[in-house]
Amino acid sequence: MTEIKRRSLLAGMAALGASGCSEIGDSAWGEAALDAAEDWHRRAHRALAGRQRLAPEYAPDERSPDIRGNGSTSVDTPEYRAGLANGFADWRLDVSGLVNNPLSLSLDEIRALPQRTQITRHDCVEGWSAIAEWKGPQLGPLLDRAKIRPEANFVVFRCADTLAGERYYESVDLVDAYHAQTIIAHELNGEPLPEKNGAPLRMRIERQLGYKHAKYVTAIEAVASFDDIGLGKGGFWEDQYGYQWYAGI
Amino acid sequence: MKRHVLSTRLWHWINLVAVSVLFMSGLNISNAHPHLYWGDYGFDPDDAWLHVIRFPGYVTIPNYYSLAAARDWHNIAAWLFAVALLAMWVNMLVSRRFAREIRTSPREWKPSHLANDIRGHLRGNYEAHEGKYNTLQKIAYGSVYGVFLPMMVFTGLAISPGIEPAAPWLVDILGGRQSARSLHFLFAWGLFGFVVVHVVMVIAAGASKQIWSMIDGGEEETEVPHD
Repeated sequence: MTEIKRRSLLAGMAALGASGCSEIGDSAWGEAALDAAEDWHRRAHRALAGRQRLAPEYAPDERSPDIRGNGSTSVDTPEYRAGLANGFADWRLDVSGLVNNPLSLSLDEIRALPQRTQITRHDCVEGWSAIAEWKGPQLGPLLDRAKIRPEANFVVFRCADTLAGERYYESVDLVDAYHAQTIIAHELNGEPLPEKNGAPLRMRIERQLGYKHAKYVTAIEAVASFDDIGLGKGGFWEDQYGYQWYAGI
Repeated sequence: MKRHVLSTRLWHWINLVAVSVLFMSGLNISNAHPHLYWGDYGFDPDDAWLHVIRFPGYVTIPNYYSLAAARDWHNIAAWLFAVALLAMWVNMLVSRRFAREIRTSPREWKPSHLANDIRGHLRGNYEAHEGKYNTLQKIAYGSVYGVFLPMMVFTGLAISPGIEPAAPWLVDILGGRQSARSLHFLFAWGLFGFVVVHVVMVIAAGASKQIWSMIDGGEEETEVPHD
């Protein structure tokens, strides 16, 4: 090959590398490839870890001094302020959607359920980690008690907080919903959940990143798909900012 | 026998694309929380051992701050990178090219030999006395293939909360998740350093001929006898 041909080939390769990325990311096939890669990660993780392998748990002296409040750190409604003052006496957690036996539980009823206590690490998508003890009932037995229907594929966590003007919500599939460490936490380090960490109830989804751990939870809804929820991508961050629905990466 | 076999050439360019996307999207991800810690946890910048600079858009993918889009790029390129690296290793071992071309002999680690090699480099003489690569090249390529590239995969896997339940020992031997994250960053910059030296050496040894030999395989070479 001549020198000129060589040079133009090299220049072409360099130009492709420099300019291609954002256009590829915005194209339909580019988006499909990115979604496929996310799905391969999820499948690989599930194949390696199985449905039930646990996230690591730590000893009390391995806890971090604090657990940062990130995203929403409060709920700006009169009802929530009143709840903070009266220990959330009127807070209800509904278990609804594709269930045969819908539930509506008070905090006392939630505290009376069998509890799981776990010292786990919270990993934020931004990169930081904190370790704390969480306590609450497992989600799986609650879904069984609500008689979740076979056509349900996901559970959606409805929240009281709004971020950037949108109501927060998140979702997981039934593998993570029934995982032993998936609990509805009402205590952090032996104290009632603080406001910045999602009082009075927040999810713990220990094999995924922090944005899955919905705070200020008001309802758990079994659904077949996300099509009619929000913008249809399964969560606040997914809808508004394009985050990955599978947050185990 | 050409200087570079087809599998080496293919991997080289695939790897260049994958590593470039990973590095530049990684800089974007770093911007989300540009503080590094040791141990299991770390969230307070006051506890960080290193505050990383904020990387400007012209060196990141995408070229504006988007943690979500950067993670998409990182996650897809990671597959290309890891699978290609695994294939390259299998290929190098099965073909015995690693033993033949990159593995060093004890003799090459003798101080007199190393000093000679370094003096040769300083004089601009990059010829190998025997085999395809001289000792400094073998050490550089061997540590990139054997340590730096695999460590990018292992430290990356260790940071994934979905991998940890399958391989908690991986996070433990790396010293905890925040240590794994710090190591991911350090090995990435180690690779960046390699690329800089690599490009300088390619230019010093004749850029056009060197680059072209990584595309069409280069001139026919008589195979070096080996036992």
